[in-house]
Amino acid sequence: MMKSKTKGTVLSQSCIAPGIYDLKIKTTLASDAHAGQFVGVFTKDASALLPRPISICGVSDDKDSIRLVYRVAGKGTDEFSRLDEGDDVWLLGVLGNGYDISKLAAVGNTEPARVLLLGGGIGIPPMLELAKELKAAGVNAVSVMGYRDDKAFLLDEFTAYSDTYVATEDGSLGTKGNVLDAVRENNIAFDCICACGPMPMLRAIKQFAGDKPAFISLEERMACGVGACLGCVVKTKEVDHHSHVNNARICTDGPVFDASEVEI
Amino acid sequence: MIKTEVTIAGVTFKNPVMEGSGTFGSGMEYSEFVDLNKLGAVVTKGVANVPWPGNPTPRVCEVYGGMLNAIGLQNPGIEVFCERDLPFLAKYDTKVIVNVCGRSVGDYVEVAERLSGEDRVDMLEINVSCPNVKEGAIAFGTDRTCLENITREIKAHTKKPVIMKLTPNVTNIAEMAMAAESGGADAISLINTITGMKIDIERRRFALANKTGGMSGPAIKPIAVRMVYQASHAVKIPVIGMGGIATGEDAIEFMMAGASAVSVGMMNFVNPYATVECVKGIEDYMTRHGIEDINEIIGCV
Ligand SMILES: Cc1cc2nc3c(=O)[nH]c(=O)nc-3n(C[C@H](O)[C@H](O)[C@H](O)COP(=O)(O)OP(=O)(O)OC[C@H]3O[C@@H](n4cnc5c(N)ncnc54)[C@H](O)[C@@H]3O)c2cc1C
Ligand SMILES: Cc1cc2nc3c(=O)[nH]c(=O)nc-3n(C[C@H](O)[C@H](O)[C@H](O)COP(=O)(O)O)c2cc1C
Ligand code: FES
Repeated sequence: MMKSKTKGTVLSQSCIAPGIYDLKIKTTLASDAHAGQFVGVFTKDASALLPRPISICGVSDDKDSIRLVYRVAGKGTDEFSRLDEGDDVWLLGVLGNGYDISKLAAVGNTEPARVLLLGGGIGIPPMLELAKELKAAGVNAVSVMGYRDDKAFLLDEFTAYSDTYVATEDGSLGTKGNVLDAVRENNIAFDCICACGPMPMLRAIKQFAGDKPAFISLEERMACGVGACLGCVVKTKEVDHHSHVNNARICTDGPVFDASEVEI
Repeated sequence: MIKTEVTIAGVTFKNPVMEGSGTFGSGMEYSEFVDLNKLGAVVTKGVANVPWPGNPTPRVCEVYGGMLNAIGLQNPGIEVFCERDLPFLAKYDTKVIVNVCGRSVGDYVEVAERLSGEDRVDMLEINVSCPNVKEGAIAFGTDRTCLENITREIKAHTKKPVIMKLTPNVTNIAEMAMAAESGGADAISLINTITGMKIDIERRRFALANKTGGMSGPAIKPIAVRMVYQASHAVKIPVIGMGGIATGEDAIEFMMAGASAVSVGMMNFVNPYATVECVKGIEDYMTRHGIEDINEIIGCV
């Protein structure tokens, strides 16, 4: 579907953990939104002009609305946290390439493939829609989500789609440590990894995956969100087909990349 | 019937609205949002003789009413540009202005010569003003003699009309406009971005990996209008104005200051329909004020 900037309507918003908000928006963009993709959300504050990239955390079954789960991190997200039912919100979307579900289903030697979903902190929300889409496609997924403490937002929802494990930094829930500690502690077998989270976590996952495919979702400061400004690049191993240098655009060539193809 | 056509150096544009180099790719990305046939021209991202990787990230950050960028002129090089981007643009009924960057006079000349044989290219815009490359491009744009010489050198190697794009990071913009004119420029465009800096106080770090970046957006518009006014009154060649343009009203303001055409830059990121809305806004303004020919308002203040 063509990208567009369009006005959505807030259906509901709730605070699901300290500083973490769950926002449902009725929008035409929902009809073609998939796991791993994102939208640009605009503020009403004319001094804060650029769209805020936020991942798709869910798409309603009737493909009428999207769900965004985000952390208040500054001016824009603070404004979003005050949105209420019925409010207008301008969106740019749908942006980026999401996860290729059929590719994930075909990965590895086991039948059906076992896909390991790893989410850390505010990287958790996009993994929920992925878990849902994998389940719908009949792919076995195991989710391991990492939190700081026991404010484990969205965790219960993962159990509907996958075996679910949890790691917390303070040890208050599940394995004490990070998501990889939980994978090791529970001897979780997998054919490939899909991950979203802070850069140190993604680096560790790239190492950990070894020869197995790992698809990671990257973040970078963005301006246009549509591939025009070249602001959001990541270094690539090979010369990129579009840029003809070793740089790919996270907003359009990603945000999901095969970890072996990017230098992080 | 209102007339929005403008002519610059013998090239006639169906309306005075273009987009700012580097904010629109080669048109492909925004062709999903706007009909490129509706634009006066497409101005491409700066292209050099060879591919440039650009600067490390973060390359962009938001500032009050605008943004800073330090892309560092990443581009795929002239060959890929000619093989991929020009054929794409050939499908549209709009003028094509190719923005050229370089590190030395030789680089610019090489690109200018390469483009001389490309029919799809209507004009060249020479970026001697990008603040984000260390190798010296900025020096061409801030020194009168350098600017005049490089203009003359490029003019000697191409038959395409040449627009010199001026940097605002100078004390006297009128002098720079005159230098470009005496070097033989067919037109000038301004302003490029204003060098700025942002510090992330939480992390005690520069917001951009390059430390400094070029500021663009609505916050720089009054500076741009002033410079367009000063430059256009110092030279006889046409001026293309830009800096924070978001609406038809903004475009009219630049034209009254002396611009024959205008570019929409970073506001494309905020409103991907900004260019076509600008065209519509200009037409509405003309209707509202009973203006038959847009040329009537150029430099009217
Ligand atoms: C592809 C992608 C998907 C994302 N998905 C989510 C998500 O699902 N949930 C969530 O909570 N956050 C997500 N983020 C991070 C989110 O974009 C930032 O937290 C948000 O932009 C902060 O905006 P602000 O106005 O509150 O902060 P400010 O600091 O006031 O923002 C100033 C500027 O910096 C940009 N910026 C600040 N932090 C980031 C960041 N971490 N990444 C990119 N740009 C940033 C803003 O967009 C804005 O342009 C995602 C980022 C990317 C790139
Ligand atoms: C992300 C970005 C990239 C740019 N790249 C170029 C470029 O390659 N060549 C050039 O001459 N100007 C470049 N510019 C400058 C713009 O064309 C324009 O002169 C400037 O941004 C002011 O206009 P604005 O405020 O409408 O953006 C760039 C600007 C931005 C924001
Ligand atoms: S944000 Fe502009 S290219 Fe990605």
